[in-house]
Amino acid sequence: MEMKRKGMKNRVLFQQEFEIQGGDFVNAGESSCKIRNTLREIGINSDIIRRIAIAAYEAEMNVVMYAQHGTMKINVYQDNILLIIDDKGPGIENIELAMKPGFSTATEEMREMGFGAGMGLPNIKKNSDVFQITSKVGQGTSLEIKILLNGKNG
Amino acid sequence: MKLTEIVKSLNLQVACGEQQLDKEVCGGYSSDLLSDVMANSKKGDVWITLQVHPNVVAVAMLKEIAGIVMINGRMPEKETIEKAESEGLPIMTSDSPAFELVGRLYEMGISGKR
Ligand SMILES: Nc1ncnc2c1ncn2[C@@H]1O[C@H](COP(=O)(O)OP(=O)(O)OP(=O)(O)O)[C@@H](O)[C@H]1O
Ligand SMILES: [Mg+2]
Repeated sequence: MEMKRKGMKNRVLFQQEFEIQGGDFVNAGESSCKIRNTLREIGINSDIIRRIAIAAYEAEMNVVMYAQHGTMKINVYQDNILLIIDDKGPGIENIELAMKPGFSTATEEMREMGFGAGMGLPNIKKNSDVFQITSKVGQGTSLEIKILLNGKNG
Repeated sequence: MKLTEIVKSLNLQVACGEQQLDKEVCGGYSSDLLSDVMANSKKGDVWITLQVHPNVVAVAMLKEIAGIVMINGRMPEKETIEKAESEGLPIMTSDSPAFELVGRLYEMGISGKR
C-alpha cells in the first residue's frame, strides 16, 4: 500500500516487509534479527534498536505460536519508526486479559521451550511509545508499534 | 573479563563459536523463559540456561548476549549450532546445574546487577 505523503515529516525513509510462518519455531526470530541488522546499518541509535528488537521479536513469536501466517512491516520515518504486524489466525477474544502480565494460553510444549511467560505483549507495550492492538476472533490480530525518534534517540 | 577465562575456570565445553571467545563479558543473566531474557538481560551478559533449541540464538543476537552456557549436560540441537555458528555466537555446555555455575561466576566477579 502506498503511504499518503503529508509533507517531508511523514515521508517513508525506509521500508521492509517480512513473512512469518505460523508454527515454524526453527526460523522464528529471523525477521526480527534482520530488522535489527538493517536499523544498525542505517545508523539508528542503539537504545531505539534495542526497544524495536524486543517488540519485533515478541510480536513475531506470537504469530509463530498462535497464528497461521503473518507479515511484519517496518517503516522508518524522519521522526518515528512504525512496526506493523498482521496475522491470519484465531484472533484474541479478550485483549485486556491477553495484555495482563502472566496471562498465557501457550501449550505445554511451548512452555517447555521457554515460551508462555505471558510477558510478550506487556514487553511490547513497555518498549513502544504508541501501541495499538486490534483483533477479530476467527480472523486475526494486528499490532501497530510506534517508537519515536528525537534528537537524542534518533 | 573475557569468555575464555570463564571457559577455563568453569571447565566448560565449547560447542561452537570458538573463534569468538575473546568477547568481553560484562555481567550475567540466568533464566529459561525467553520473554524474561528479552526483557531483562543486558548487552554483554553471559546467559545461563537449560534451553537448547534454535530460538535461543535469535534471543541472544537481539540482546547482544556475549555467549550462552547450557547447563546440566544439555547439548545444543543441531539447528542451534548451525545458527550460532553462522552468527558467531559462542555456545558452551557444562554438566553442572545453574546454581553452581552462577555461584562460581559471581565469585569470579560476574554480577547480575549493573
Ligand atoms: N497474534 C496472536 N494471535 C492469537 N492470540 C494471541 C496473539 N498474540 C497473543 N495472543 C494471546 O495473548 C496471550 C498473551 O500473549 P503474550 O505474548 O503476552 O504472552 P505469551 O505469548 O503467552 O508468553 P510469552 O510471550 O511470555 O512467551 C497469548 O498466550 C495468547 O493467548
Ligand atoms: Mg508472546
